[in-house]
Amino acid sequence: MTQLPPPSAKKLGLVIDLDTCVGCHACVVSCKGWNTENYGAPLSDQDPYGANPSGTFLNRVHSYEVQPAQGEAQLIHFPKSCLHCEDAPCVTVCPTGASYKRAEDGIVLVNESDCIGCGLCAWACPYGARELDAKEGVMKKCTLCVDRIYNENLPEEDRQPACVRTCPSGARHFGDLGDPESDVSKLVAERGGFDLMPEQGTKPVNKYLPPRPKDAMPEFDVLAPYLEPIASDGKGFVGWLDKALSSLPGGAK
Amino acid sequence: MHPAASVIIFNTFSGLGFGLLFWLGLGALVPTGMGAFIWFTIAYSLAVGGLIASTFHLGHPERAIKAFSQWKTSWLSREGICAVFALIVMAIYAAALVFAGTHLALIGIIGGIASLGVVFTTSMIYAQMKTVPRWRHWTTPAMYLLLSIGGGALLSGQIYIAATLFVIGAVLQIFAWFSGDTRFKASGTTMETATGLGDIGKVRAFEPPHTGTNYLMREFIHQVGRKHADKLRIITIGLAFVLPAILLFLPFNHHIMAIPAVLSHIVGVLTLRWLFFAQAEHVVGLYYGKR
Repeated sequence: MTQLPPPSAKKLGLVIDLDTCVGCHACVVSCKGWNTENYGAPLSDQDPYGANPSGTFLNRVHSYEVQPAQGEAQLIHFPKSCLHCEDAPCVTVCPTGASYKRAEDGIVLVNESDCIGCGLCAWACPYGARELDAKEGVMKKCTLCVDRIYNENLPEEDRQPACVRTCPSGARHFGDLGDPESDVSKLVAERGGFDLMPEQGTKPVNKYLPPRPKDAMPEFDVLAPYLEPIASDGKGFVGWLDKALSSLPGGAK
Repeated sequence: MHPAASVIIFNTFSGLGFGLLFWLGLGALVPTGMGAFIWFTIAYSLAVGGLIASTFHLGHPERAIKAFSQWKTSWLSREGICAVFALIVMAIYAAALVFAGTHLALIGIIGGIASLGVVFTTSMIYAQMKTVPRWRHWTTPAMYLLLSIGGGALLSGQIYIAATLFVIGAVLQIFAWFSGDTRFKASGTTMETATGLGDIGKVRAFEPPHTGTNYLMREFIHQVGRKHADKLRIITIGLAFVLPAILLFLPFNHHIMAIPAVLSHIVGVLTLRWLFFAQAEHVVGLYYGKR
């Protein structure tokens, strides 16, 4: 049934650090690489080498410019995938029961053999986490690499989502956000992790860590004082020349 | 939202068809024999034709039977169940009238109310969407029901009821449009809440995740044609409500004037439905710096 299960004790999810993400899109590529050849239907591309390439991705990296009231603008790279919400609106709208949230660990999945491709779950998701595959006609979404994290055929260090495993800057963390003692929960508490669109009431499991405040660059150039603007109260010939040139039409005052 | 032709056709024609079934079921007119056959053929063609059109936007229509299972939470599932129930009950009512000339009043009333139930459950698919603030309002189901009952009254030749409902419909639609224009802003969802970066400053989309387009942008971000929205609103009110009402009261034979009145109403409602989708803004657009 597409009724949501009671909140699970275990809430597997991601913590994404907006301070360290460098916007390299390696997580996008590793996600597509793993998920196109493992769980469910492949992630198709349309016209990949042509003029209008388009394709299905479960993870995408946006980049935003944020302009504070004072100081320099900041550029922030922003990876976004399914947030495995506790009150997942995408699950309850599904007419077939294809969309479901696992009672044991809170992962939101699609049973593709039941999906009729109506797209309603993508309509209900405020985050754009679900994409209907144009070739397969079924809804695709992040599985939290459910076929990796419990996979005993993989070496232990690989039993985490492909995006986390591949991130070169350590901006992605995987763990149990339902356990307040887990590394990810401590990280969220320490860094002030936040929810996306909290007003939508979806209670996302995934958390984002804010960029750390920028420090101000101190003035350290020893020669700078000698490059102050030239004094305007010139004397003698220079003073006369300044006044004479200024009095000409179009002269600087 | 992308105004998909299949969904606009479904909403317009199924709404009319179930509206006509509502009036037939309630006994507003009780035809028998051949007359009943023609009336019910018109109603079923519209209702079922629209439902078939709606399956064209599915990725896997062959699995549609599975959609009857999740009525506990899903309005789409409830709509499917309601539609099958209404069509079966009305088929029994229609068969009795066509073949036996018998008027099963109670069956008709149940089928008529179930027909409105289909329209209501359809409207709730849209009205439940917290992600589309324009739709999430009582005017969405109210307009769906008014259009269906009004259109059904027009088709069944009840000119006074139709004209009255059209006047109410025009007023309510204008209210729905203008109140809807402010609802996205009132929802409180902004680029700042979407990214959580509002504490730092004003957020601007700097670079999208890809050079091309994607499913999300095709489905949820539709900005083409919005510049003509004001003109299309006037055309909608004129064709869907005002012109049919005037045509019905011209001093000619009703049956001749009914044809242009119905055609005008249909074109008006198609425009109304196009606007319903094209003007609806999904919050996911904020991630792309668009609405």
